[in-house]
Amino acid sequence: MRLAAFWPVLALAAAPACGSAEARVTTTDAVLDVRWSAFSESSVKVPRGVPITFTIRNDDPIGHELIVGDAALQSRHEKGTEPAHEDRPGEVTVGPGETATTTVTFAEAGMAYFACHLPGHYRYGMRGVVHVVR
Amino acid sequence: MRRVLAVAGATVAFLVGVAGPAVACGGLIGPNGAVNLLRTTTFAGYHDGVEHYVTSFAFAGGGGAFGSLTPLPGVPTKVERGGDWTLQRLIRETTAVAESARFAAPTALASKGDAEVIMKVKVDALDITVLKGGGKAVGEWATEHGFRLPPDAPEVLDFYARRSPIFLAAAFDANEAKKRGQNIGDGTPVHITIPTANPWVPLRILALGKDARERVEADVYLLTDRRPNLLSTTRIGTNATLSIEYDDAASESLLRDLRDDKTGDWVPDSGWLTKVTVSGPAGDLTGDLAIDANGVQEPSMVAAGFNIAPGSPGFPQPYDESPAPAIAVAVMAGSLLTAAAVSSFRGRRTA
Repeated sequence: MRLAAFWPVLALAAAPACGSAEARVTTTDAVLDVRWSAFSESSVKVPRGVPITFTIRNDDPIGHELIVGDAALQSRHEKGTEPAHEDRPGEVTVGPGETATTTVTFAEAGMAYFACHLPGHYRYGMRGVVHVVR
Repeated sequence: MRRVLAVAGATVAFLVGVAGPAVACGGLIGPNGAVNLLRTTTFAGYHDGVEHYVTSFAFAGGGGAFGSLTPLPGVPTKVERGGDWTLQRLIRETTAVAESARFAAPTALASKGDAEVIMKVKVDALDITVLKGGGKAVGEWATEHGFRLPPDAPEVLDFYARRSPIFLAAAFDANEAKKRGQNIGDGTPVHITIPTANPWVPLRILALGKDARERVEADVYLLTDRRPNLLSTTRIGTNATLSIEYDDAASESLLRDLRDDKTGDWVPDSGWLTKVTVSGPAGDLTGDLAIDANGVQEPSMVAAGFNIAPGSPGFPQPYDESPAPAIAVAVMAGSLLTAAAVSSFRGRRTA
């Protein structure tokens, strides 16, 4: 996956929702809990060139989704109308109280993002940063 | 001494959802404009230990179906179609001037288990279901029944369920409304009878699904035997989000008209009418309207929305905790919150 250098549409809103510090530990297995429409992590650090498994555990009574990728992908999903995501890497829908996973391999170091783009969810703060390191 | 106590700076009837296919990437019909709720008008009458909560579901055009969830302070004994002119009559009464008891005991249902359906009623184009359950359980029930809840719904449902696990879900079928000849602006009044130690009006729910800067406009009418005391986390006062627009003894003609309306047989021979106008940004509506109907005690801090953060010691507290500790907690809460201001209005007459 190529990472965009900037995120023209959502750039201002791309800052971590919770303002927490950048993730210190590099992982290939990122677990994101969701409660009250908020991700448990505002950033994750992952290595490039290897499959990264993202697990989203939804504790809410409403559905969410996890979209992992560059700015262009996030922008497309924010405007998109797809009812559900299942078969593309980095895109997964999770029902109320359910857990789902998706696997992504980042080809280059840089910055990517994870977010939920159900109506109003991104604006509500369901977003974070993926720091891809060498 | 009668008192209206308002605390500002802390950190909210309708919870709009949509009945229909529960698809991801879907949207609320309400906020997207296909169906809109008009200005909300609510009447909370209280007499002989019973709250008579009357609200109207206005049809604002569009098709399909939409719905709402209303938190209640207790288990209703009756849900029925309200009178046709009660809300309009109240508006007329006050326009010239200016423009639970105990909550149902919170239980282990607060976070686990399925929502229990305790009543189902059909009122015109509304399918009404009274639910008992925690925020999560009620949210899941709503999601399973086609309500598309906005992202702040999980937190707001928990906010209410920690105090009372009773919710009223209303699914409004706009197509059915059209078939029944309802026009844009027509409302379906619903009268909810709730035995409770004091009346209570949920306000934070009005802000559900809205941006913090989006405005909320609503009118709340209270009819009590005596002049009530009011309390909310949202500041009450002149030019505040909550303002008292009418505060006077109810006229004989008003009481007679309310009594003559359908379901109005409970209306007493005398009473006090208070009109509270809600007008301000959604972000200001952080709590609800707690009421002491007798105007003697301080309204419940818990009912107003204070001290119900997750993990608060001793929470949930009963609705009618003793007034002295409540005041102390109010001051403490106000002191701890940045820029919180505690203002007490003591100028109101003793009823």
